[in-house]
Amino acid sequence: MLDLQTEQDVGVNQNLEVNVDTLIAQHQHRPGGLLPLLHAIQDSLGYVPESVYPKISKALSLSVAEVHGVVTFYHHFRTHRAGRHVMQICRAESCQAMGSVALEAYAKKSLDIDYHQTTADGSITLEPVYCLGNCALSPSVMMDDEIHGRVSPTDLDALIAEAKA
Amino acid sequence: MAIKIYIPRDSSALAVGAEKVAVAVAAEAKNRGLNIEIIRNGSRGLYWLETMIEVEADQGRVAYGPVKVKDVPSLFDADFMNGKSHALSLGLTEELDWLKKQQRLTFARVGITDPISLEDYLAHDGYKGLKNALKLSGAEIVKVVTDSGLRGRGGAAFPTGIKWNTVLGCEAEQKYIVCNADEGDSGTFSDRMIMEGDPFVLIEGMTIAAVAVGATQGYIYVRSEYPHALATLNSAIEVATKAAYLGDNVLGSGKTFHLEARRAAGAYVCGEETSLLESLEGKRGLVRFKPPLPAIEGLFGKPTVVNNVISLATVPIVLDKGAQYYADYGMGRSRGTLPIQLAGNIKHGGLVELAFGATLRELLYDFGGGSVTGKPIRAVQVGGPLGAFLPESQFDTPLDYEEFTKIWAVLGHGGIVAFDDSVDMAQMARYAFEFCAIESCGKCTPCRIGSIRGVEVMDKITATRNKSASEHAKSIKLVRDLSDTMLNGSLCALGGMTPYPVLSALNHFPEDFGLSVEPKAG
Repeated sequence: MLDLQTEQDVGVNQNLEVNVDTLIAQHQHRPGGLLPLLHAIQDSLGYVPESVYPKISKALSLSVAEVHGVVTFYHHFRTHRAGRHVMQICRAESCQAMGSVALEAYAKKSLDIDYHQTTADGSITLEPVYCLGNCALSPSVMMDDEIHGRVSPTDLDALIAEAKA
Repeated sequence: MAIKIYIPRDSSALAVGAEKVAVAVAAEAKNRGLNIEIIRNGSRGLYWLETMIEVEADQGRVAYGPVKVKDVPSLFDADFMNGKSHALSLGLTEELDWLKKQQRLTFARVGITDPISLEDYLAHDGYKGLKNALKLSGAEIVKVVTDSGLRGRGGAAFPTGIKWNTVLGCEAEQKYIVCNADEGDSGTFSDRMIMEGDPFVLIEGMTIAAVAVGATQGYIYVRSEYPHALATLNSAIEVATKAAYLGDNVLGSGKTFHLEARRAAGAYVCGEETSLLESLEGKRGLVRFKPPLPAIEGLFGKPTVVNNVISLATVPIVLDKGAQYYADYGMGRSRGTLPIQLAGNIKHGGLVELAFGATLRELLYDFGGGSVTGKPIRAVQVGGPLGAFLPESQFDTPLDYEEFTKIWAVLGHGGIVAFDDSVDMAQMARYAFEFCAIESCGKCTPCRIGSIRGVEVMDKITATRNKSASEHAKSIKLVRDLSDTMLNGSLCALGGMTPYPVLSALNHFPEDFGLSVEPKAG
């Protein structure tokens, strides 16, 4: 579960403020601009800190609750900093038909974390994903923006080793 | 002259190393002082052969695959640049049986052209449909689309022309064309292949829709899980805008159409059209009540055409070759072709575009070659996570919207996921509820609460199977009651169709639920 309190002291420095101000200026007048803005913030900072909600709400004439509602509705947005790499394992049916249930268990054991958690060394955050559109080559894993198909436990070991290096 | 070598940029090809292969081919050619031009095409859709390289030789395009980085030096040694033989030779691409047996209309160019080359698109019949459309009135364009029999390929199979006609008939100062590219169904990837492999055909289809109904702004709502598709679309939109195929004066016609690709944020329910519109407006993706229909009050309250990628990408060929040409394919009320996606535990997975009417068995065995594991295919799920599971006894059902309805199944977006005999269908039923619980927008109770209760009841069923007969029977009854409530009481297809996988699993595979009774009708 998301802890609404823990991020308040994180990252509210001068640079972050400037960056978010610029992004807000770029997106606030676009029709339906909240999603593109949240994407821009997450692409830039790696997450959407709750400390920026008031600024967004003021610029887009929304309540803070509405901003919070949108951020938390979508699986893609995170309010906490992720590890250096994000590993997404596909849990959908096609990948299940090719052994993804065993693969996700193997990943959790190897990394010693559950979904939505980050390894102790801060290298990898593990997330589930529901279809990467690589269903002819299941099971699939996405490492950051790089997709991998026909992933075996050995392949997963290699991906983890590379991410930790 | 440089020899052309095609190496796909398609996500699934990249997933098995196409990028590294492309780098290795470029480096090897440089070392050997050879003059080559690498073209990053879309995938031909024979995914078990990816990375599939093609060389433009004197005799035509010659294919090699599956190529790994380690094979690259030996390909050069064998003079593959002149189409010579190698252990990975597949022969002429056009002669590959798997492709020859298909009827590629929507996918006519995918894998053949350079996706972001407008010249290449034009050289392969691109924009002929739009040029024809610009000579017609809006009503005439809508009539061609209606007469072609094209139905929405997103899942609901609603006639595309009828939808357009409603928007055409609305008086409004602003109308929108929205492309639903939130392809979240497991086992489907045809939208992705179009966006990555032939983005101009989608842009052209949307432009024709805009000209037909009088819309000036379009949005493509693309899944965040598809970063390559989004990047390719953005490149293509930029190229099309510079060349006046988009913008304030489309091809000098005086008509305006601006197009923007928007990134979704990982919510399955946003594939539902009203939820998608909410999301485009920058809100939570809550499903809207209907009526009003999006065609009348859609994006920002304005008349909006919302169509799936494949529906829109099929419009150009309909306008190019005529309604009858398209309608001549297919069976019954399912006209034209369906891009079918073979996925899951299947030996030869990929994209098969065929006229409606082929049977599941032909697809699974003639095209698919059976399971990867070599075990019997026990069940297939057609139409994504909300589609029914079909047992072997139903594999002779032709792919046709009405024939599927008759067996209480859905064709949906044409994705077929195969499972071998190691599958536990009770676990698949549980997963269907779990997925619904994770993805529910929360607006209606049957979906929000029902899905959670469903997971609990399924856990009870698996815990009591072969143990407590009375407890077990109670739970089976409960899961049927719950399914009935969700089926009839949910606001949209997410809650309303979750019972399809659940009940089809229960009815066709009762032994997995600890039952030995005869299957009951759903």
